[in-house]
Amino acid sequence: MRMRLAAVLALAGLLLAGCGSRNPGAGQTAVYMLLDTSGTYADHLDKANRIINYLLVTLDSGDSLYVAGIDSSSFSQDNVWISTTFAGQPSKANQQKLAVREALNSHLDALKPSKNTDIKGGLLQAVQYLEESRAQRRMVLLFSDLAEDLPKGYVRDFPVALDGIDVVAVNVTKLASDNVNPEDYLNRLKRWKTFVTDNGGRWEVIQDMEHLDRRFQSL
Amino acid sequence: MTGQSLLTVWSDSALISALIWIVVALVLLYLARRPAHDALRNLGRTIHRALRLTAHSVMRLEERLARRNREVLIAMGEEHQERLIEREFHRVSTVVARDLGNYPALHRTLSEQITRIDEDYSRSTEVPPAPPAWLEAVDAVANIPSKDDPAVNKILEDIHGTLERSCHNTVMEYRAASHRRHKLLRRMLPYWRRLRDTLEQVNSTITGIEERSHQIDRHMQRYEAVRADTDPMARTLSSSSLTQFLIAGLVLAIAALGVFINFNLVARPMAEMVGGLGGTGTGMLAGFPVADVAAMFIVLLEVFLGIFLMELLRVTRLFPVIGSWDDRKRVALAWITFFMLLTIALVEASLAFQRDHLAAQDQALRQYLIEGQGKVLALSFRWIPAVTQMVMGFLLPFALTFVAVPLESFIHSGRTVIGAVGIGLLRLTAYLLRLLGNLSRSLAELLIRVYDLAIFLPLAVEYWVRGMLGQRVGAETGVEAKAAAAAGPGTVKGRRNRSRSTGRGRAPQPDGGEQNSEPASGDAEART
Repeated sequence: MRMRLAAVLALAGLLLAGCGSRNPGAGQTAVYMLLDTSGTYADHLDKANRIINYLLVTLDSGDSLYVAGIDSSSFSQDNVWISTTFAGQPSKANQQKLAVREALNSHLDALKPSKNTDIKGGLLQAVQYLEESRAQRRMVLLFSDLAEDLPKGYVRDFPVALDGIDVVAVNVTKLASDNVNPEDYLNRLKRWKTFVTDNGGRWEVIQDMEHLDRRFQSL
Repeated sequence: MTGQSLLTVWSDSALISALIWIVVALVLLYLARRPAHDALRNLGRTIHRALRLTAHSVMRLEERLARRNREVLIAMGEEHQERLIEREFHRVSTVVARDLGNYPALHRTLSEQITRIDEDYSRSTEVPPAPPAWLEAVDAVANIPSKDDPAVNKILEDIHGTLERSCHNTVMEYRAASHRRHKLLRRMLPYWRRLRDTLEQVNSTITGIEERSHQIDRHMQRYEAVRADTDPMARTLSSSSLTQFLIAGLVLAIAALGVFINFNLVARPMAEMVGGLGGTGTGMLAGFPVADVAAMFIVLLEVFLGIFLMELLRVTRLFPVIGSWDDRKRVALAWITFFMLLTIALVEASLAFQRDHLAAQDQALRQYLIEGQGKVLALSFRWIPAVTQMVMGFLLPFALTFVAVPLESFIHSGRTVIGAVGIGLLRLTAYLLRLLGNLSRSLAELLIRVYDLAIFLPLAVEYWVRGMLGQRVGAETGVEAKAAAAAGPGTVKGRRNRSRSTGRGRAPQPDGGEQNSEPASGDAEART
């Protein structure tokens, strides 16, 4: 009996060695990308395209991808351009990725720069979508200069439940005024970090696009 | 009461008060010296004994494990030899069934051949020609006295001619008979050759059986040596077991690599069939994607079928119950298992083929997204990788079949190797326990010395007083000793003084005892 048990255990070890390379739980990631379309930042959308392509290559079957724009009033479903969960069959997922790419191309072609920048509204929208996705790993990619400029009368001064969400600011460019006084830039980053961490999220700033790959690997 | 108030209980000056406390402490320590020594010594001894007892138990456990391991080793050796002997007997049985099974027919053939040869030989026997019957009449005519008579001469010449003709005819007949005999003998030649071949065949069979019997003798001798359970044989078996363990482990590691490759061949196309993951996470099974689990199941099935096939063919003997099955049933099941394995190999080959196609699709999409090409590239079919993967997908299941052999060897040898490792660990534990026990005893002795060091002042006073008293007593006992020496050697006091003067006696202790008053417990315990 002991011999047979040992045989079964040895065999199980042999077989587990076979599937050791696979990442268990893969395919449970949801990424919500917020693109700043305000006047000062709209010129950087080429870089955003590269990031989206990277996401399309990286994300696997079962993962979710959302792409939304940040404009004067971002807390709106109309701002969500892409909302998709990739199918279980990899070939279907590939077709979905192609469709996403084409839809984004048409969106970006028709895009007009907005006057104001409602980042927190977009973030609130992102939280709702990520909550619905029920993904194990949730991330918001904030493609913006982080300079919020709300239209008159808009209220965004309330807590947002960011528990378990990684908020990663990408390509945070410096404004003209930041060059005059760099402390403004640093204070802006600090304010956002405080906002995210106070609301239970994890904050990170990535300036170099290559570091984004490392960040995804560690997800 | 706080520490400060305690410090100033004797005097307002902390220094004076502290000195008084030190003096009090020294006095108390001096007074409690002997009980303190006893307590420390007892503590050390108790810990020492407890640890030695534990070490003893561990060693007993180690002995039991070693005995058990040896039993397993010998049993394995016996089983191995039994298997070898069984195999030799099986070979002999096969040879006997194949070559000597038709011995009656062979015997009949031989008999027939010998009979034919015998008949031919009998027929080829040389029969001397019989002398003509009328030779006596000729002899009578030849003895007629009137030899000058021409009529008689004529008759004799006729007779001579007749005789010559007769001799010629006889010679001719003899030659014809010899020719017939030679023909008969020539006809015997193939029979002789056939007979020789048949006998050679029998000879080789008998020789083969004889060699096998020698082999069986050697195996039997080794089997008896194993059964004798001698130390050299146990060492040989242990060494052999370790070698087997290492080799089998190495082969299993290679097999694990094969499993890994096999899994990767199947996983991607399997995701197309069963779906990788659902968007809601329902595509997970025990934390693994369903596609991976399905691919792993196929690989698992291949390995299990391989093990089962090897077991049915009696190459391995992991499951004794299979050995007790009827042979016909076993062979039938082996064929069924083989066809199942073949089917799975074909399925895997087709999956491997599909994998290449899917990989090409993925690569095209990746190029489109990363390199920013205008459209997805048209897929070009790559024959060489596709066919290579197909062949690999077909062959790997059969290759994995042979995992059963090193697996069996690994498990069998692993029992004794793990046992040997366990024995080593137990020995190490026992050694450490003994070491700790001795350390605890030495530590107790060290603490006693440290204790004495702390109260060295009162001890020095005591030594001085004892020294003074000792001189006085020595002067008194010296007078007594002289008197005793005058009375004769061998008295008790004389002996005591001699032992003290040589310095080998036990030194007097201030507390009235002797330093080595206690028996050497360590030695005593060591003896136990």
